[in-house]
Amino acid sequence: MAERQLVQGNEACARAALAAGCSFFAGYPISPSSEIAELLARELPGRGGVFIQMEDEIASMGAVLGGSLGGRRAMTATSGPGFTLMQEHLGYASLAEIPCVVVDVMRGGPSTGLPTSPSQGDVMQARWGSHGDRATIALAPGNVAEVYTLTVEAFRLAEALRTPVAVLYDEVIGHMREGVQLPAPTAAQLGRRTGPIAPPSPDFLPYQANKAGVAMVPDFGRGYRFHVTGLMHDERGYPMSDHAQVAALLERLERKVAAAVPAVPPERYRLDDADVVVLAYGIVARTARAAVDTLREQGVRAGLLRTRLLWPLPVASVTEALSGASLAVVAEMNRGQWAFEVQRLAGGHVEVSPYLKAGGSVITAEELVEHVLFATREGVGA
Amino acid sequence: MQAPMVVDGTSIGGDEQQRGVTLAPCPGDERPGAGSEKRLLRYAMMPHMLCPGCGHGIVFEAMLRVLAERYETLDTVAFVAGIGCSSRVVGYVDACTLHTTHGRPLTFATGLKLARPELDVVVVTGDGDGLSIGGNHLIHAARRNIDLTCVLFNNEIYGMTGGQLAPTTITGAYTSTSPAGNHERPFDAAKLVEAAGATFVARAQSYRTQVFEDIFARALDHKGFSFVEVMTDCTEYFGRTNRLGNGADLLFSQARAEQAIETDLAERPTLTPVPPKAVRPVMEMGVLHESRRPTLEEAMGLTGEQR
Ligand SMILES: Cc1ncc(C[n+]2csc(CCOP(=O)(O)OP(=O)(O)O)c2C)c(N)n1
Ligand code: SF4
Ligand SMILES: [Mg+2]
Repeated sequence: MAERQLVQGNEACARAALAAGCSFFAGYPISPSSEIAELLARELPGRGGVFIQMEDEIASMGAVLGGSLGGRRAMTATSGPGFTLMQEHLGYASLAEIPCVVVDVMRGGPSTGLPTSPSQGDVMQARWGSHGDRATIALAPGNVAEVYTLTVEAFRLAEALRTPVAVLYDEVIGHMREGVQLPAPTAAQLGRRTGPIAPPSPDFLPYQANKAGVAMVPDFGRGYRFHVTGLMHDERGYPMSDHAQVAALLERLERKVAAAVPAVPPERYRLDDADVVVLAYGIVARTARAAVDTLREQGVRAGLLRTRLLWPLPVASVTEALSGASLAVVAEMNRGQWAFEVQRLAGGHVEVSPYLKAGGSVITAEELVEHVLFATREGVGA
Repeated sequence: MQAPMVVDGTSIGGDEQQRGVTLAPCPGDERPGAGSEKRLLRYAMMPHMLCPGCGHGIVFEAMLRVLAERYETLDTVAFVAGIGCSSRVVGYVDACTLHTTHGRPLTFATGLKLARPELDVVVVTGDGDGLSIGGNHLIHAARRNIDLTCVLFNNEIYGMTGGQLAPTTITGAYTSTSPAGNHERPFDAAKLVEAAGATFVARAQSYRTQVFEDIFARALDHKGFSFVEVMTDCTEYFGRTNRLGNGADLLFSQARAEQAIETDLAERPTLTPVPPKAVRPVMEMGVLHESRRPTLEEAMGLTGEQR
């Protein structure tokens, strides 16, 4: 049994990366994520790993992708402005199917915004920040222990599905300390990189997909000679522009990331008979849980769906949670991002009343209770 | 006809002065094993996308000749390129080839080299790719002295996007986005990269492939960041827009603009004297700087590591 220790969120993230076999980090300093880079700068070199501080976040992401193609489990960590600069290379990684993990410790935006205050403003950037229809995976841990387990899971998903995986949490989770256990991952939790099963040959197809829809791309320098490009490509990895083939490629890339949905299930709290469903993630889910308890004490049948997966959208668990409810409250620290997705899924059958706060502080249980009571009186009760 | 424009006191845009250069027979043809570089081509990717007469193809072929002398197969050689006509050539070589994003090949190459120091990593970039959008990465790669060989194909224009202004376009030259002639001063890439800390800096021309081959071979041998700027010609845009003639005419204009560093360019072509109408400003060619200091991988203790 792993010992219990007091650990900061960002430290848990870095230690998870090490536990998950990450041996390559390239990054550029930015609050509130820098502790991850600082810890890995100390730890990686002694373990045969590579740490490099690049000249900016575009370069960091490029280096991560080069390191990953070299066969290493690779990651970077950043915050909003840096995440923005990484978007072109995230699109590249999705299309060229290069595994990597990107941690975004969210701060207030837009622009330089609130460098050391919490926010959940990058949810849509994680989904649509790069041009084109990019299929994305984004995880949202809600506490320090989960920063650890979901960072390990991010590596497993990235390597198995050969795609970038984002881990999004806010400044408060990044900087707070909690008593946690950080158990060494099992072999199943570590997973393995999807790679070629065929030996090198002139007819080898590096971008041939397996049953899960994942291209079986080799690492560089292992006897295979092949081409990697950010252009649309065929199974040989060669550029092509056949409309039907391009459509099929985009469809496959979207299909494969659906595997993240069962892998990262939500937490359901007092939902079974819930009339009012609160939906929240990250730090907000903690206060939302307290709000649910208070509401129950006051006779409101409230429950919480805490998603740990932002993208791909966990459609089934959201619609199921909404099915028996008369009111859904999405609480998030932005001007409304995930809330729109819930509204879309509710489809007018369930009233959705978002509680949004984008000023740099965490939503409190009290204000959420007040919002729900107001909404039930105004909306559902009327 | 458009009036010839004045560049640094000489004119650009005439067409009569291009000839008058006596060339020695192409030496490559006589060497043992000539033509064997073709085994390194990725035929399945053909036909290639370069225009007839494009200087990029000449340089690419010369690169292959050097590689064919050194490697049986290119299993342990990675070619990393950005976006541009120049960058596209890496797709045609049967190696580990990585066609990245515009301006960023050096960032991918840095990650790859640190992850796998035992691989030989060659970066192919264009003047737009390497000096404009990717200029920051170029100076930092040079500063780090990471053991990469970077070949910058300088055609003084953006070929791929249709002939727009580049940071290397000669002052006064016409491009589709400098219709009144370029108001800006071009980069001296070699000086820039040397100042940033590169330990091998050279300039060559598609006009004299033998010299380029010698320089490229030395760049491959060099431990540390080696940078070769090679002047190539975009016949389709630079040549046409500035009325400089066809591919061969452009090559002769390179010849006129060369100021050889004698030690490296022993074999000088005989130039018939013509009026001082250099199409391009005269530039130093050859190995311009060579020194030795620890590479990034050495400093990080990564060399010799076999994973
Ligand atoms: C981020 C981004 N901006 C712009 C482009 C468009 N673009 C493609 S190639 C190119 C210029 C290439 O010029 P150069 O590197 O000199 O290559 P050449 O084609 O001349 O060999 C540009 C601007 C792009 N692909 N990506
Ligand atoms: S457009 Fe210019 S640079 Fe591009 S292939 Fe044609 S001649 Fe070469
Ligand atoms: Mg160019």
